[in-house]
Amino acid sequence: MCGIVGIINTDGTLIDGSFIREAIRIQRDRGNGLGGGFAVYGVYPGNRDKYAFHIMYEGGRYSPAITAVENYLMSKTNIYQSEQIPVYPNDRVPRGPYFKRYFLKPIEEFLAPEQSEEDYIVEIVMTINKMGGAYVVSSGKNMGVFKGVGYPEDIADYFRIEQYKGYMWTAHNRFPTNTPGWWGGAHPFTILDKAVVHNGEITSYGTNVRWLEMYGYYCMLKTDTEVVSYIYDKLTRKDGLASKDACFVMAPSLWEEIDRTGDKKRQYLRQIYGPAIINGPFGIVLTHSDGAIVLNDRNKLRPVVCAKAGATWYASSEECSIRLLSPQVDEIWSPRGGEPVIVDIPRSVKEGRPDEAHG
Amino acid sequence: MKRMGNNWKIIPPFHPEFDLARCDYENRCSICVTECSFGEISLKPVRDASGTVRYRPWANKTACNACQRCAKMCPTGAIHIAAHPMHSSHGYWTPSHVANIWRQAASEGGMLLVGMGATGPQKRYFDHMMFDACQVTNPSIDPLREPMEIRRYLGRKADRYGGEVGPQLKLEVPIMFGAMSFGAVNIRVQEAEARATRAAGTFWNTGEGGFHKNLRTYGANTIVQVASGRFGVTEDYLKSAAAVEIKIGQGAKPGIGGHLPGEKVSEAISETRMIPVGSDALSPAPHHDIYSIEDLRQLIYAIKEAMEYRVPVSVKISAVNNVAPIVSGIARAGADIIAIDGFRGGSGATPLQIRQNTGIPIELAISAADRRLTEEGIRNTVSLVASGGIQNSSDVLKLICLGADAVYVGTPVLVALGCGMCQRCFTGKCAYGITTNRPGLAERVDVDDATEALTNLLHAWGHEIKELMGSMGISAIEALRGNRDRLRGVGLHAEELAILGIQHAGA
Repeated sequence: MCGIVGIINTDGTLIDGSFIREAIRIQRDRGNGLGGGFAVYGVYPGNRDKYAFHIMYEGGRYSPAITAVENYLMSKTNIYQSEQIPVYPNDRVPRGPYFKRYFLKPIEEFLAPEQSEEDYIVEIVMTINKMGGAYVVSSGKNMGVFKGVGYPEDIADYFRIEQYKGYMWTAHNRFPTNTPGWWGGAHPFTILDKAVVHNGEITSYGTNVRWLEMYGYYCMLKTDTEVVSYIYDKLTRKDGLASKDACFVMAPSLWEEIDRTGDKKRQYLRQIYGPAIINGPFGIVLTHSDGAIVLNDRNKLRPVVCAKAGATWYASSEECSIRLLSPQVDEIWSPRGGEPVIVDIPRSVKEGRPDEAHG
Repeated sequence: MKRMGNNWKIIPPFHPEFDLARCDYENRCSICVTECSFGEISLKPVRDASGTVRYRPWANKTACNACQRCAKMCPTGAIHIAAHPMHSSHGYWTPSHVANIWRQAASEGGMLLVGMGATGPQKRYFDHMMFDACQVTNPSIDPLREPMEIRRYLGRKADRYGGEVGPQLKLEVPIMFGAMSFGAVNIRVQEAEARATRAAGTFWNTGEGGFHKNLRTYGANTIVQVASGRFGVTEDYLKSAAAVEIKIGQGAKPGIGGHLPGEKVSEAISETRMIPVGSDALSPAPHHDIYSIEDLRQLIYAIKEAMEYRVPVSVKISAVNNVAPIVSGIARAGADIIAIDGFRGGSGATPLQIRQNTGIPIELAISAADRRLTEEGIRNTVSLVASGGIQNSSDVLKLICLGADAVYVGTPVLVALGCGMCQRCFTGKCAYGITTNRPGLAERVDVDDATEALTNLLHAWGHEIKELMGSMGISAIEALRGNRDRLRGVGLHAEELAILGIQHAGA
């Protein structure tokens, strides 16, 4: 059992972290103090053209991994800014690993022929995660992830997320069951600008992992959720699938229905992407710079409620979080199993011109 | 041939015993005598108290193989098969070793020939792997309430959206009937296979003995073989089927060819195989036009050209040590499907030493092959079919977890038709009429009954597979292919675990 919340301001209105902190706090029963985390979009407007790497170092500020990672990063990228991510230990979260953030760009000459900038960044992330002692917590532009071991509101205080502002936030309250409670294992899980918060257990993990490895994605974080962000990244960014098709791949219709409708495209997608199907119970909110996706497993074995109030969309494991933030909503519903809710954010918001979103 | 003395006499390990209080011999019942195709039972005249001559059943003690046919057919239940006492008490020199040497010493130095798959004591890895199941944190799924999908598509797939998907075989249940040729089995068995696979939405394989003209209406559910003997291979033959399989090897006899004795080559077999009546049908050990992977590639593409790329081409090999690089090579040579047959796979006739000592277990082979294809990033280009020693639906699912897309079963088909596992398939005397074309015996296979039995088997295993998947929290079988995380080893050492790619239970 876990709790998830997402707040998406499609008009680009920036809100600070205190809202999401409250929204996830009242789902306290859904976690057990072994993991909480937040993703925020629109958080580094001054560095929006650079990749923001949040890196977690086990072993504190003198960890040898820091030098190793930084030497590696310097050999592959231009680092424009790097700093310690400020933390505020308290009674409930007295200590944690050492966090740094880097704003960087690939050294263009180093890109392999035909290699995209994103592929280059993915390769860097995978390499660092495999080095040991260092884990890339997030690696997208103008977004960041703050997570750790504790109840989410305590993790919020540990990072003082009310000091950050963004137009889209997700939060996770963890109740780990199949993998250890450790800082790297808290949600959200990310690759580039894609972040996933997930309630569930992925029984197809073994199949998914092997399929991903064929395409250079390595799962090093000891938690099944990781595969969702990589699968989505592979499907949309590398293979050019639309969000709804990517969702179909992860939670496809029954063969019976595909036969009945004679939908050749869906038959094709299910045939070639069989190993990317996600089985087991899940409710996820997957966010990226251009929007968000809310998706349930085909059997609807986990709760997810969606709502809309003006330009703001909400997704939550429980309705209480939504009502707390917005007692009045225009619409509130529980999406059916396997039927994605797809929220698009206008490009102008992503590019820092939110006013145009209204026009 | 010089007749050898009694030193070399082999007392058969079994014989029927008759309960005369039950036996209906007084009413001249002699069903057991006619049912025994091996000539083990005869009638012995005995004068009873009143002086009347009665004919009682009598065990000749020369030929019983414990096939159980007589016991099953006896209307009064008067027969049971007795195992003969051990004729060697030595722990190392077991009776079969002793008897085999006697047999060879008395046989002008012939090879020992046997039917069915390997009987040796090698580890059955299936029994050392347990499924993981859901509890609390992850709800199991009830297949009676929720949809559970076991459909598979076999064939070449694109690795990304927009890429081309080759011709596919659609399997509604991930089980196909493996190659058993017309000759090894009879036309009735093949017809039952064809009808059952059509009913269940899967495929059967003709083996290398050609495709009888009366069965060609079932072509949409048929895979035809091109083996080293090229029996019955014509353009029509290829075009009558849903897929073509190039047979390189067979699990029961890796590296050697086949031999259908001339006595078994009847009129119908002669026509279907395109060889003269009464001539031996010899399959050479290698294909004499395939001495390398390049040659195989040429044959694959020759067939694809002939078929205008409308059906998938499969390549069947026996599981051997080097299976992973071989499979990689075959995938790159253009095969759409690769069938790997483990050393436990069945056979109508195989030299004993080959059957017992050559090849490797399918569990290890399929895992190694799947891993290699994944590491090389070409897993999607080919489907893997595993076979060789599958005994039940759990074995099927375990192979899928280890990387198979689907399986072939052969021996279970024979058993489903009544086979009592006497291992005398090569004699042409099968008492159940399965592995014989002899008139009077072959008719013992009732095609309607046999079809129903095979359809039932596929349904039963399908249901069991769904139930197992439900317990694992899996609702679509593609989420299990290569999903070694759903398996745990029990009593396996580190190297075995590494080859299988699974963790030990409790880890």
